[in-house]
Amino acid sequence: MSAQLLLMQDIWKGFGGLWANRGVSFDLLAGEVHALLGENGAGKSTLMNVLVGLYRQDRGRIFLEGREVRFSSPRDAIRAGIGMVHQHFMLVEKMTVWENVALGMEGLGLGLKREEVLRRIEEASRRYSLEVDPKAHIWQLSVGERQRVEILRTLMSNPRVLVLDEPTSVLTPQESEGLFRTLRRVREEGRGVIFISHKLREVMEVADRITVMRGGERVATLRAEEVSEERLAELMIGRKLRLEYSKPSPSGSILAREEVLRVEDLRVEGDRANLAVDGISLSVRGGTILGVAGVAGNGQRELVEAIAGLRRPLSGRIYLLGKDITHAPVRERIALGLSYIPAERGQVGLVGDLDLVDNVALKDYWKGGLSFDRRRFEERAGRLVREFDVRVQRLDGPVKNMSGGNMQRLLLARELSSDPVLVVAVHPTWGLDVAATEFVRERLLEERGKGKAILLISEDLEEIMALSDLIAVISRGKIMGILKPEEADERRIGLMMMGEREG
Amino acid sequence: MGIRFRRRFEEGGLRWALASAAGVLFALLLSAALLALRGISPASFFYVLLEAPFGSSYGLKETAVKAVPIAFCALAVSLSFRMLLWNIGAEGQLHLGAFAAALFARHLDWGSRALNLPAMGLSAFVAGGLYASLVGLLKVRLRVNEVISSLMLNYVALLWMDYLVYGPWKDPSSLGFPMTPLIPPSHSLPVLIPPRLHLGVLLVVLSSAALHLLLERTSFGYEVRVTGSSKEASLYAGMNYWRNVLLVMFLSGGLAGLAGFCEFSGLIHRLQPSMSPGYGFTGITVAWLSRVKPLVALPVSYLVAALFVAGDALQISFRLPLASVQVVQGLVLTFALVGDFFSRYELVLEGRAGEGDA
Repeated sequence: MSAQLLLMQDIWKGFGGLWANRGVSFDLLAGEVHALLGENGAGKSTLMNVLVGLYRQDRGRIFLEGREVRFSSPRDAIRAGIGMVHQHFMLVEKMTVWENVALGMEGLGLGLKREEVLRRIEEASRRYSLEVDPKAHIWQLSVGERQRVEILRTLMSNPRVLVLDEPTSVLTPQESEGLFRTLRRVREEGRGVIFISHKLREVMEVADRITVMRGGERVATLRAEEVSEERLAELMIGRKLRLEYSKPSPSGSILAREEVLRVEDLRVEGDRANLAVDGISLSVRGGTILGVAGVAGNGQRELVEAIAGLRRPLSGRIYLLGKDITHAPVRERIALGLSYIPAERGQVGLVGDLDLVDNVALKDYWKGGLSFDRRRFEERAGRLVREFDVRVQRLDGPVKNMSGGNMQRLLLARELSSDPVLVVAVHPTWGLDVAATEFVRERLLEERGKGKAILLISEDLEEIMALSDLIAVISRGKIMGILKPEEADERRIGLMMMGEREG
Repeated sequence: MGIRFRRRFEEGGLRWALASAAGVLFALLLSAALLALRGISPASFFYVLLEAPFGSSYGLKETAVKAVPIAFCALAVSLSFRMLLWNIGAEGQLHLGAFAAALFARHLDWGSRALNLPAMGLSAFVAGGLYASLVGLLKVRLRVNEVISSLMLNYVALLWMDYLVYGPWKDPSSLGFPMTPLIPPSHSLPVLIPPRLHLGVLLVVLSSAALHLLLERTSFGYEVRVTGSSKEASLYAGMNYWRNVLLVMFLSGGLAGLAGFCEFSGLIHRLQPSMSPGYGFTGITVAWLSRVKPLVALPVSYLVAALFVAGDALQISFRLPLASVQVVQGLVLTFALVGDFFSRYELVLEGRAGEGDA
């Protein structure tokens, strides 16, 4: 039996009357990977933020190698040997890899000892098989490469406990494999790894033990080899998980259906004047869902914004029901039946400071001419709230105070109630709990059933495979190939996401 | 042990009023202490402070007179701030408004007030509006930051005014004082309540109501509210951001221009170097204190005007230099804003474990 590295005992943490952690206990042994599994909002991140000194627990004690510790800042935690890789990287984009690593180093003294830093990076990078180019600038790196830098930097502070917060959400399946290899190496050195995730499969693959959290409480701690995926899912959401969506296959050939969206050889510039979309052609037919799979930052945003009219393409054509809308103003596209559910639901799709009624009006407030008649929208808001099960106490009050799930229900309500011909949905279930996720997916399938064309952009491969009639894989602004879900598997899509052309 | 500010979930109106009032009270106590060092008893300080603006019907009316230009500027600034356009050029736009009204009065007389005054008001509105549109145009065409351009244009307007009153428009019979001749009653706003409370007070109340309706009941106002919360959302909904920038700047400058019109035609009746003791800048504070709500801007303007009236009285009663009075005024406005801040944010002490911190 290995020695206990860390013990968190009966941790309570509340925010304004709500308990995010209710008497959670957690321990970590030397040389193990201990996964913390739970849905968004289960309290995983809160628990870890307490551990690294970002939050202070209301009650409970933390012991590191038997000694009670009390951190008042992340710096204290790092000094004591706890390193955390956050979901949002803390890297300076304009600096090089080695400069970023040097930023976090102690004991360098005054002046940057470039050669020494480079030597240490090389050494650590070999030891953990984390391949990086120390002289590259951060902005030149892909998300996966950035994560390697972040992990390398954390490991170089020689932590006894390494915490990784949802590390695979930005990785291709192959990159995740690489990460797991690194973690096994870290484990062999007798360090402890805490791996936060909501993905069952990878938790089963990488962890020695698994602690499941739900609603701020610890539900169970199990050994990975003693438990099944189904059992974990049940523990995590408190009931049986729905793994299949009923998706009646479209009658007849897809190609026989009307082409709703057609994109021809589209080129779009990104914010850094890079060619973000590099000659994409695709087509979405009525009653079908075209899923676009790919790692974030490979041109999805620019593609969608060009379709929605928020970004001018350099060249190429976009047709909606045969009409050329390449340069049409946004409002004309909306009038033609284009619905757009953007990734940033609280900043773009909805207006955070305004209330629910004002938000319902966003797409057709102008139909009343010069005057804005709130009463008209109040009625509609009330109806949509009931129909889409948006849970709010009142219709006034800024929507930014609503939960992510309720925001998404409201956004869907507005976008789908306008009876669109094309729905463009970007990461529609990102950050939602299971109930809201199911709701969103069912509504999209329902629209498909009504004959609408749906362009679905998602990083969640399972979602893409469960919902799509066709899957397009995007990498560096190009479509690598288009697959049918039955001929697609994670490995194959993963390779295409990394730029291998097929089909 | 750390101290942190955390945004409050609910920003109640009552908490805002109480916190701002507490800030003002604190500033006044601090001022009383400072003035006590100069031998002024706190009791007499508070007496003058309250008696001058509120203690007589004359004081109440004088306060209203001063509140007019402050409120116009506050409305001007509120509108632009609503769309996150930082127009801090109300002072210059006010002067352009006064200039346009004076230009009309100098060259045209259409026979009656009923014809002259609307024409003067309209020219003041258009002049202030066009002047502010310059800022909008620079932003739209060349991406010039509106803070810089609107601030700089203040000085251009003030110097233009100086040029006129020291130069070509100087009254030859003014014994060398830099001022234009007095305008005749045919070009003056009628006095509602003697001695000096003019029609401008009605105009500003109407403007405030009109601005409120514009924001809440028109499609254009809706666009302004959406854009002010999220520019991305406004583009997503197909709104024309650049057109709205120009429109909002025009209307904002126009409201500030009306402040100039009222001061010229209602109160001073001539152009002189000091048409405004910084109403355009006071308007920024008032807009912020009233949370850019046009209806709230009126009472807040009145209270700030009271502070100006009290300042004059303090100068006279205690023979204080202007600078001392400005210290008091500065303290009050600053701490009112501090109070406002605390009604939006709460202070969190990250102390010992077991406390309800976040």
